[in-house]
Amino acid sequence: MAVSQKTIDEMIVNLPLPQNLVDALKNDLQKVKVTKKQLEDIIERSLESYEYARIEPCEAAGVVSAQSIGEPGTQMTMRTFHYAGVAEINVTLGLPRLIEIVDARKNPSTPMMTIYLTEEFAKDRDLARKLAWDIEATHVSHVGSLSTDLTEMVLIIELNEKAISQRGLTSEGVADKLEDELGVPVLANGNILSIRPENESYRELLQLSKNVENIIIKGVKAINRVVISKDDILDEYVLYTEGSALKQTLVFDGVDTTRTNTNNINEVFEVFGIEAARNSIIKEATDTLREQGLTVDVRHIMLVSDIMTVDGEVKAIGRHGISGEKASVLARAAFEVTVNHLLDAGLRGDVDELRGVTENVIVGQPIKLGTGHIKLMTTKKT
Amino acid sequence: MKNMKDFSLLNNDLVPQHILMPENEVNKVLKEHYLDKEQLPKIKITDPVTLEIGAEVGDVVKIIRKSPTAGEAVIFRLVIE
Repeated sequence: MAVSQKTIDEMIVNLPLPQNLVDALKNDLQKVKVTKKQLEDIIERSLESYEYARIEPCEAAGVVSAQSIGEPGTQMTMRTFHYAGVAEINVTLGLPRLIEIVDARKNPSTPMMTIYLTEEFAKDRDLARKLAWDIEATHVSHVGSLSTDLTEMVLIIELNEKAISQRGLTSEGVADKLEDELGVPVLANGNILSIRPENESYRELLQLSKNVENIIIKGVKAINRVVISKDDILDEYVLYTEGSALKQTLVFDGVDTTRTNTNNINEVFEVFGIEAARNSIIKEATDTLREQGLTVDVRHIMLVSDIMTVDGEVKAIGRHGISGEKASVLARAAFEVTVNHLLDAGLRGDVDELRGVTENVIVGQPIKLGTGHIKLMTTKKT
Repeated sequence: MKNMKDFSLLNNDLVPQHILMPENEVNKVLKEHYLDKEQLPKIKITDPVTLEIGAEVGDVVKIIRKSPTAGEAVIFRLVIE
């Protein structure tokens, strides 16, 4: 007699299996009719297979991960610059990007954001375009031309009517902004702005002209370019930015704070915390590898990102990060800058407990891996 | 323009669910895994998420991750300075 759905649920819900295996079991059991005896058999065999598939205790998981990421890494392009898909934004890919990720660089060489929009903005091209103009950093050179009149000792900015109205600016607004930033009066006459330096000297005039060029009239400082593009799958407009400033961007109306993302892992850590940074490392590393046509099991990448984030901050793999913090002197000396480590350890009188693998290989003892980790003792019957 | 306080960063896709654990539950978990508190992974008190859920130094945060391999994975982090 077939058992009811309720008993099936009751029997499998508390099994020591991962959630998605439980779900898969549940789904498959819905499709067939099983007796109590068969169900018990299925459960027993599932548990057995799961146990068999699990990694063995004392397995060198880290080394396996290192090799599994390292070997495909040898096939990656060494230097490549690529325009990512529809957005036409230059992003670092291939090996340099992977190195950047595991080195936990504070600033990636090509930061970019993917800004998703809230429902209203995502469907409306004009609203999305307006938001893009609001976010993009606007310099004077974007909206007009700059010239210096040396005979009159005056700096003249000729604003382009179309460019300023497109960006939702007015010539008075631009003049006010410049006046605030420069601290000298700016005269607006239609679309012509004229600025006089405080003292009449060529040097100050040139300095003034340089300062004006650096002023951001509107938008977010780090974002040099915003590209608007339609995502065909989601059927909505998405903004891609060159440069990244997550915190400053999230406050704009129309930006979907639940999906907006950046490729700058350090920024994700600062804004969304350590767990988000971990997810971001996994995502960026997997995407980089996949883009090169390489498939690395996600478990290896997960292990790397776990290690990088275990202390509550994003740490690099390597001398300045994980490897440099090993407890053992010999293990650190075996990695890089051997002499410094040995010398410092000698000065401090450090003791090596010889617990790790590297140390024990150096001194010629069995390593604590696999069967080497197990000690058997017999108790004598007295 | 909205304020940084007008929305919760906990809703972002990248941020998994964080739950502040009561003391007795923490002890149960530690016992189950034969662990000391200090052996847990850490999360900083300055971390935006710890600030948001109001955890204090010494608390343990339970994190329910969406895992590509296990579907759901539960881990714990100790709040540190």
